[in-house]
Amino acid sequence: MANADCIVIQGSNMAECHPVGFQWVSEAKARGARIIHVDPRFTRTTAIADKHVPIRAGSDVVLLGALINYVLTHDLWFEEYVRAYTNASFLISEQFRDTEDLEGLFSGYDPSTGKYDPASWAYQRERRDSAPEDAQTDRPGDAGAPSDASAHDGYGDGEAEGESHGSGGPPAASEPLRDETLQDPSTVFQILKRHYSRYTAEMVREACGISEADFEYLARSITENSGRERTTCFAYAVGWTQHTLGAQFIRTASILQLLLGNMGRPGGGIMALRGHASIQGSTDIPTLFNLLPGYLPMPKAELETVQDYIGAIASKQQKGFWANADAYTVSLLKAWWGDAAQPDNDWAYDYLPRLTGAHGTYQTLTEMLADEVEGYFILGQNPAVGSANGRMQRMAMSHLKWMVVRDFSLIESATWWKDGPEIDSGELRTEEIDTEVFFFPAATHVEKAGTFTQTQRLLQWRHQAVSPPGDCQSELAFFYELGLRIRERLKDSGDPRDRPLLDLTWDYPVDDDGDPDALAVLAEINGRHLTGPDRGKPLSSYTQIKADGSTEGGCWIYTGVYADGVNHAADRVPGQEQDEIAAKWGWAWPANRRILYNRASADPQGKPWSERKKLVWWDEAARKWTGDDIPDFPVDRAPGTEAPDGSGGPDALDGDDPFIMQADGKGWLFAPKGMVDGPLPAHYEPQESPVRNPLYAQQPNATRELFPRWDNLTAASRGVPGAEVYPYMFTTYRLTEQHTAGGMSRWLPYLAELQPEMFCEVSPELAAERGLEQNGWATLVSPRAAIEAKVLITERMTPLESGGRTVHQIGLPYHWGVGREAVVSGDAANDLLGITLDPNVHIQESKVGLCDIRPGRRPRGAALVDMVTEYQQRAGLTPQTGNERVTDPARELPGRELPAGEEGQG
Amino acid sequence: MTAQPGRQVANPTADAHYEHPHSRRGFFTDTSICIGCKACEVACKEWNRNPADGDYEILGSSYDNTGALGANTWRHVAFIEQDRERIEQARSSGRALVDLGMPGVGPPPARTGSARTAPSATASTGETGGAPSSEGTAPPDSPEFRWLMSSDVCKHCTNAGCLDVCPTGALFRTEYGTVVVQEDVCNGCGTCVAGCPFGVIERRTDGLVTTPPSRDLPASVKRPQTGIAQKCTLCYDRMKDDETPACAKTCPTTSIKYGRREEMLSTARERVAQLHEQGMTEARLYGANPDDGVGGTGSIFLLLDEPEVYGLPPDPRVPTADLPRMFKRAGLAMAGMVAATATAFALGGRR
Repeated sequence: MANADCIVIQGSNMAECHPVGFQWVSEAKARGARIIHVDPRFTRTTAIADKHVPIRAGSDVVLLGALINYVLTHDLWFEEYVRAYTNASFLISEQFRDTEDLEGLFSGYDPSTGKYDPASWAYQRERRDSAPEDAQTDRPGDAGAPSDASAHDGYGDGEAEGESHGSGGPPAASEPLRDETLQDPSTVFQILKRHYSRYTAEMVREACGISEADFEYLARSITENSGRERTTCFAYAVGWTQHTLGAQFIRTASILQLLLGNMGRPGGGIMALRGHASIQGSTDIPTLFNLLPGYLPMPKAELETVQDYIGAIASKQQKGFWANADAYTVSLLKAWWGDAAQPDNDWAYDYLPRLTGAHGTYQTLTEMLADEVEGYFILGQNPAVGSANGRMQRMAMSHLKWMVVRDFSLIESATWWKDGPEIDSGELRTEEIDTEVFFFPAATHVEKAGTFTQTQRLLQWRHQAVSPPGDCQSELAFFYELGLRIRERLKDSGDPRDRPLLDLTWDYPVDDDGDPDALAVLAEINGRHLTGPDRGKPLSSYTQIKADGSTEGGCWIYTGVYADGVNHAADRVPGQEQDEIAAKWGWAWPANRRILYNRASADPQGKPWSERKKLVWWDEAARKWTGDDIPDFPVDRAPGTEAPDGSGGPDALDGDDPFIMQADGKGWLFAPKGMVDGPLPAHYEPQESPVRNPLYAQQPNATRELFPRWDNLTAASRGVPGAEVYPYMFTTYRLTEQHTAGGMSRWLPYLAELQPEMFCEVSPELAAERGLEQNGWATLVSPRAAIEAKVLITERMTPLESGGRTVHQIGLPYHWGVGREAVVSGDAANDLLGITLDPNVHIQESKVGLCDIRPGRRPRGAALVDMVTEYQQRAGLTPQTGNERVTDPARELPGRELPAGEEGQG
Repeated sequence: MTAQPGRQVANPTADAHYEHPHSRRGFFTDTSICIGCKACEVACKEWNRNPADGDYEILGSSYDNTGALGANTWRHVAFIEQDRERIEQARSSGRALVDLGMPGVGPPPARTGSARTAPSATASTGETGGAPSSEGTAPPDSPEFRWLMSSDVCKHCTNAGCLDVCPTGALFRTEYGTVVVQEDVCNGCGTCVAGCPFGVIERRTDGLVTTPPSRDLPASVKRPQTGIAQKCTLCYDRMKDDETPACAKTCPTTSIKYGRREEMLSTARERVAQLHEQGMTEARLYGANPDDGVGGTGSIFLLLDEPEVYGLPPDPRVPTADLPRMFKRAGLAMAGMVAATATAFALGGRR
């Protein structure tokens, strides 16, 4: 980021939530970069930005789509980059219909399941009459062919196609038809133009509440700072992801950055700012139900054999490194089950649990409420405070037989049964709760060794400073011991279902205190040779991983961190003693590359786009890629290379295919597969919205995951009767001084005193409208709960004009919870939130909700429930409210102007 | 020992008669890059084992909930929300400082009484508009509103009022030119509290660090003492080990810099000149002027508005500065009284 000429921070409060990483924004600014913060609030990030652009939360696709439109209509796209490195010239199926044609839906939507069949989004395979003569002939099995596995084998609600594939997207092979003139109406380029033609500055004003002058400023800033000589970088965090179309927010930015040629280059990219220490690591070595290490998908039940499973990830004919998914899979199984994983038993593939549906945290929640879950482990999490719809969370825990809480202190998730809000309201009675709660004290990060993997994919080793006191244990020690104890219990079992546990390689060296050696675990993750002269030696690169059982490795993308038996995560050469890439500080996956897809930092001929922005380049004399960073490309693949027909995997990459994990080697402006809610991002309103969708009749994302329940009611959106009951938007967020649900900060006096009480941030205009007083109390009521907060009236909150009305947004930090153990406590903002999920990644929409706000404290006892119920009844809410998938065109279309089709093209 | 204002004291350690004076150390706090994370406040309390402050109540004062520097809070981050009118005033007052002929040098803010009357028209000639501009010298783009953050700390004055008035010798000048309380000498008389022109030093009234699920603390942990005077030591203990003070060490944006005071001063002057070049004429230095009422401070600040806005005195003056004059007048008065008495006796004797 220090190399960026312009940084747009949108969907993130980087200075407050990532203050350490923010030093690189400060550095960029010191070097002359322009910093723009697009956010509903003026935050500490805005305070040092050059410009604040206030936005209505949830309308980001309109803004980013309008920037795409601006770039296309003003001919400001980086032509050579786009032509060579993206799928702009690829032809899409003639069956494809855009949202412009179908009032906000794409072709392939099935209203009965709420899902898309992506067949019509695929690349064209057959030569067409209209296709130019020079169009390349296709190869078999191109991206998105309907025959591909797992395309639409629908489970119930909550199933996402994205989780069937590795991070490189779905299986596909080789190149489809192209029109290099970009004129064919079926080219991605023309489809893109048409799709975003109505995303204009006027639409941005209408939808986002952003003035045309501010939009012009933003558009000029990013376009003037992109191209050969300059780069613009975007940074986002959960302000983009926690929406019912969060994944599409990021896709929109990806399209924009590809058009501007800002991917794979210094100072470019889209920075996904991870929330706290090793959250990146917890997706690499996942704590997610739908992933295995290294972004291999969790197998689904119907994938009977390991070949079925691997075939569903990637075909051997497709381009790039996902074609080697068989090697990554077999090596993982060897690492976990050692000698028990053999070719004749499918490398113990049957030992892996298989998915029969979505089992994310919110699906598990509803199963708990239905008494279908007996036990629950809570580790480094405080769902009673930190998860959406807090009341549902606490009620669900009261249905468990047992639960384990591992934390530093008695967090609210461990004490809800005696002093939670439902005890006070009378909805739960302690003596009637059968849940047995086990509390295990946890070691802190200074009391254990291991790695953190941060936002930049950098693994950094942390040494143990002191031993954990008393009974406190590290996660590693806890689970190692739990495994040992379970295996001891099962050691005489002949039940085949116990084999996966008994056959696990579960033998780590322990220190004097009995703690397993974290470095031994890292070595296992790195992988080693199992046969041959190097038997037992660590692997040094993922390219050494084999599918024949001769190697093992716990996470293929981490291979190399322990190359030559050296813990490279512990490399700590100070910055001033090395160049700016700082390759000797920590270790970045994969292969210690600091910038992904950095082949794109050079032009198709292999020369840097400019001296100022050079990173890696082709050394013609040495016949190899070289440069400041480690090239993210086959090192001897010359720029002009055309891969031989019939080749697959890395061998099939042409010399100008920088996106080496994509099935076609190109950056995807249009996603022919992989996204479950559309091949191009389209703007939909949040589940609860104060305005009608200004772009389409379709109001919300038609594929969002719904939880229509009486304990998860949705407020009526604008235009629906009852909408006036909850007239204000609220958005939730973190503060620097506290950490998420407070388990690591509200118990610490030094942090607690800095932000001691729950508060809400409101504009002076809203305060005047509702009679709120500075530092007085306010009660906020949503369809799920009512909470109280101190009032902070500030001009940092801006009322916006959107949808023909004034939209007020209320800011709510979510760090406090109700309990008696912490130094500071208070009502939990997340109690207000409902549960509705993004269909791609199952994340909840916690950045936008509707509520009412009134002066004074909330009622106590049963009166609190009465208040929430009175609001619900006044609004006429039922579980159906707001949960229609497709907005009824009969209701919406009259009085609406139909889209003008071709307008804006050119 | 008392120094007079205006007298150049290049090195107060020499003034304190150290035989082997170290270079004078100090902070340069650049508020223009402060992100208000308060890591300095926390790192300071962690290192010095200071108690938490207050009653865990929100102050309703933007994001500031510790209020002010005090016996327990030795770094304090102020948060100031300003509208456009106030920004323009700050910009024009800063420009007036420049117009005095001292660009980039950071003239004493204490002398800016007339600056506020500078014609504001020059500050609103369109450069505050939202139109994009790629000129390097264009003023910043976000003038409608701003949120100032500034980490305050003990100034470690060249002429330190607290030190001057301390009757027990508990306060002393270190070999690094800083001012430190010796906890085992201080008797808690509180004279220094009135002696500090910045309101920094304070007596600790109560409290120890309490952490409910207490983890084992090393036996050597220093326990804060009740009743005695407390303030920033500029991490004297760390300094002696050649370590950076805790606040500067933890600052993620290098807003707090630490080093030889001369270097801090030159860095500060370069920075203010740079900001002026960018059109941010509101930038000015505080504590950099050796001719101010405390002879300049060891802690230098770059501010983006007048000192009062940050709760800093515009014209700090060490109370002992007037002592010589007071002594002189007292002497004259004494002489007069002696003379009068003598005269009285003489006259009486005649009776």
